[in-house]
Amino acid sequence: MSDHKAPSPSRRQLFKSLGLVPIAAVGLAGCAREADKPADAAPVQGDYKPTFFNAAEWAFIRAACDQLIPADNIGPSASQAGVPEFIDRHMQTPYASGDIWYMQGPFIEAAPQFGYQGRLPVRDIVRVGIKGIDAHCAKQFNGRSFAQLAPKDQEALLKSAEAGKLELENISAREFFSQLLNETRMGYFCDPKHGGNKNMSAWKMIGYPGMRADYTNWVEVRDQPYPLPPVDLAGKRG
Amino acid sequence: MAIVKPQVDAVIVGMGWTGAIMAKELTDAGLRVVALERGPDRDTQPDFAYPRVVDELEGSIHRKFLQSLAKETITARHGSKDTAVPYRQVGSFKPGTGVGGAGTHWSGCHFRALREDFNLRSNMQQRYGKKFIPEGMTIADFPVTYDELEPHFDHFEYVCGTSGKAGVLNGNKIAGGNPFEASRSREFPLPPNRNYLGAELFYKAAREMGYSAYPIPASNASAAYVNPYGCQMGPCNFCGFCSDYGCLNYSKASPNASILPVLRLRKEFELRAHAQVLKVNLDGDGKRATGVTYLDADGKETEQPADLVLLCAFSLFNVHLMLLSGIGKPYDPVAGTGTVGRNYSYQNLNRVTLFFDDSVQANGFIGIGGGGATFDDLNGNQLDNAKAGFVGGGVIWARQPGSGPIRGITTAPGVPNWGSAWKQGVKDAFRHSFYYEVQGACMAYRANYLDLDPTYRDAFGRPLLRMTFDWNDNEIRASQFLVGKALDMCKVLNPKALSGDAKKTGEHYNITRYQSTHTCGGAIMGTDPKTSALNRYLQSWDVPNVFAPGANAFPQNNGYNPTGMVGALTYWAAKAIREQYIKSPGALVHT
Repeated sequence: MSDHKAPSPSRRQLFKSLGLVPIAAVGLAGCAREADKPADAAPVQGDYKPTFFNAAEWAFIRAACDQLIPADNIGPSASQAGVPEFIDRHMQTPYASGDIWYMQGPFIEAAPQFGYQGRLPVRDIVRVGIKGIDAHCAKQFNGRSFAQLAPKDQEALLKSAEAGKLELENISAREFFSQLLNETRMGYFCDPKHGGNKNMSAWKMIGYPGMRADYTNWVEVRDQPYPLPPVDLAGKRG
Repeated sequence: MAIVKPQVDAVIVGMGWTGAIMAKELTDAGLRVVALERGPDRDTQPDFAYPRVVDELEGSIHRKFLQSLAKETITARHGSKDTAVPYRQVGSFKPGTGVGGAGTHWSGCHFRALREDFNLRSNMQQRYGKKFIPEGMTIADFPVTYDELEPHFDHFEYVCGTSGKAGVLNGNKIAGGNPFEASRSREFPLPPNRNYLGAELFYKAAREMGYSAYPIPASNASAAYVNPYGCQMGPCNFCGFCSDYGCLNYSKASPNASILPVLRLRKEFELRAHAQVLKVNLDGDGKRATGVTYLDADGKETEQPADLVLLCAFSLFNVHLMLLSGIGKPYDPVAGTGTVGRNYSYQNLNRVTLFFDDSVQANGFIGIGGGGATFDDLNGNQLDNAKAGFVGGGVIWARQPGSGPIRGITTAPGVPNWGSAWKQGVKDAFRHSFYYEVQGACMAYRANYLDLDPTYRDAFGRPLLRMTFDWNDNEIRASQFLVGKALDMCKVLNPKALSGDAKKTGEHYNITRYQSTHTCGGAIMGTDPKTSALNRYLQSWDVPNVFAPGANAFPQNNGYNPTGMVGALTYWAAKAIREQYIKSPGALVHT
């Protein structure tokens, strides 16, 4: 449950303290340009030391995430946005250990319309999957790990995992891929407090105003893009 | 040894909409009421306070306000010869937990049923002949009429500050509302909400297609409001965090904001949170409930004796408790006997998404759960079912409860799931696309039902509820017909791209994909104790001091969201308890 010790400031107070001003007073064109600027490339991953993943797993996560969300002129890459840090932290939440999943057996095979029926929570699906992919790579690519492969081989391998064509030890490649992709997208688009979406760079890429949660004055505006940059849960402006 | 609490007049299991309504009505009548809620206590402050409540990761991934499946879930299968497996991760539907129940994280669509929804079976037979209802379809008339429920629909809308526009007022059609609705005795308490782009364009497209669009009745307040209980609501600010979230703004009606502020002050009312009810206790011959057994917050087995037991849990768990407690005879689909578990139905939800270029500011992050527009030209008696080829109708609507990137960005057809092309796809779609939905009715069938699972157990050692459910040809045809109409209508708006997800012939129910939390039936109301678990006052035929209000009582589901009907039925049952049952406890209907 949430931490109720700190008094929760009213929305108005919060906005006041951050110096946010009513929409009408903002230079609209200037803000629209801001939202369209390429996102900041933030070289943050060097600073973060993983506490869930070991060195081999960490190397996999960094390489795989950047295949899924690569660096380009559209927006930040996964690692520029802090996705590996998000995943490392997220794996240590109750959610990743199966807190909201029904985890009792028997575990039997079922049609895909019934969802994942195995015994592993998310964090173990990810861990067992990484081990499986690296073991597969070692066999196929002369002892090399996924992170050591050429980018086009990494991409091809992820595609075959996504399509369920890859056979892995102890885990369905498709299930692993789907969890990895979910985690990567979550880390890309989450509130920065969770470790990803550094500088709200992924929000800026798509024009998401973040946690503003008040659009009273913009519901009926049709002829111009929403002008304000994002705000995160801590009240920081992007 | 179980702790035994002092006897009370009534014990309520579950503190969502139905529990809160019952607690209010019964304490009004002077009864001493104890409510047992399995989840935590919750209120706008501090639980839904901004900014923390709008964290998408906590709300829509960790599902902070929904039921965790770790302790209690259901099992599911497509047919009675299959082995059911657990619903391990939340997908198709999202039961709530905690004070407010699903009434905290609902969107706010607040419909009344159509007059003809109440007598679906006889209406279909009258219009198209007895053979029109296919073999195996077990639809039934409701044992109440629209006119009997009208005052209760009306009252619940006033409790919720529902924003909308009447289409038929005291028999007179008035412009701007739904011309096909059953007559209302009063205008809505609040006028409709303002339109975002998708809703505005919906009116345009509907007009061109000859449909009569009207504002979706929304329990998201369009202006400041004080309800008949003195509870205050503030105008909705389109924050975009309705579905999955508690309202940060006192704008979305909920048990927490609309009823509990009054209840919490009452001496006759006691709320116990973290109280997990395990079963209803019956006396020796099984014809009278003596109270319930629950685990208290500390896990101690506790008995709460009561004269009256009100099952106010989420529809599925009302059925579960009846099966576990031996209230009514379990349904047997082979013999066609028994009542509890019969006529489980769902909702036939489908979506079409429209993609535009970046000159179109759709702004899907601007959201209001129940707001938007819809029409009834393909619902109720407006639809020629014989020509359309299926029983039951549906609505097409524009709704925008608020999107965020964690909740998922639907990309245009052909965009891959990752890589640079995906990045470009989400960037193109996020601000410049919106969706319309088709919400179809779902009929009841002999083969779709609920019972107890023989293998899987919950954290308290009880068998899980087992759901046997699959799509039938009737619903698949309805999906294809209605999605086809929706796509035709969308073309008027010239989107750059358009996608639709009509069900394919032979498609099976996919429990992993969110569709709707409108799980209905399983303990239905009716006129015959052989085919219904509850009488017209939602009273158990078998154990008359047990009432089970909820969507579990629907003989089948119509094209609308159930909450308006659930609220009205609960007020209707409460009135019967107050005016008839209290004076003379016992069966209210004799056969």
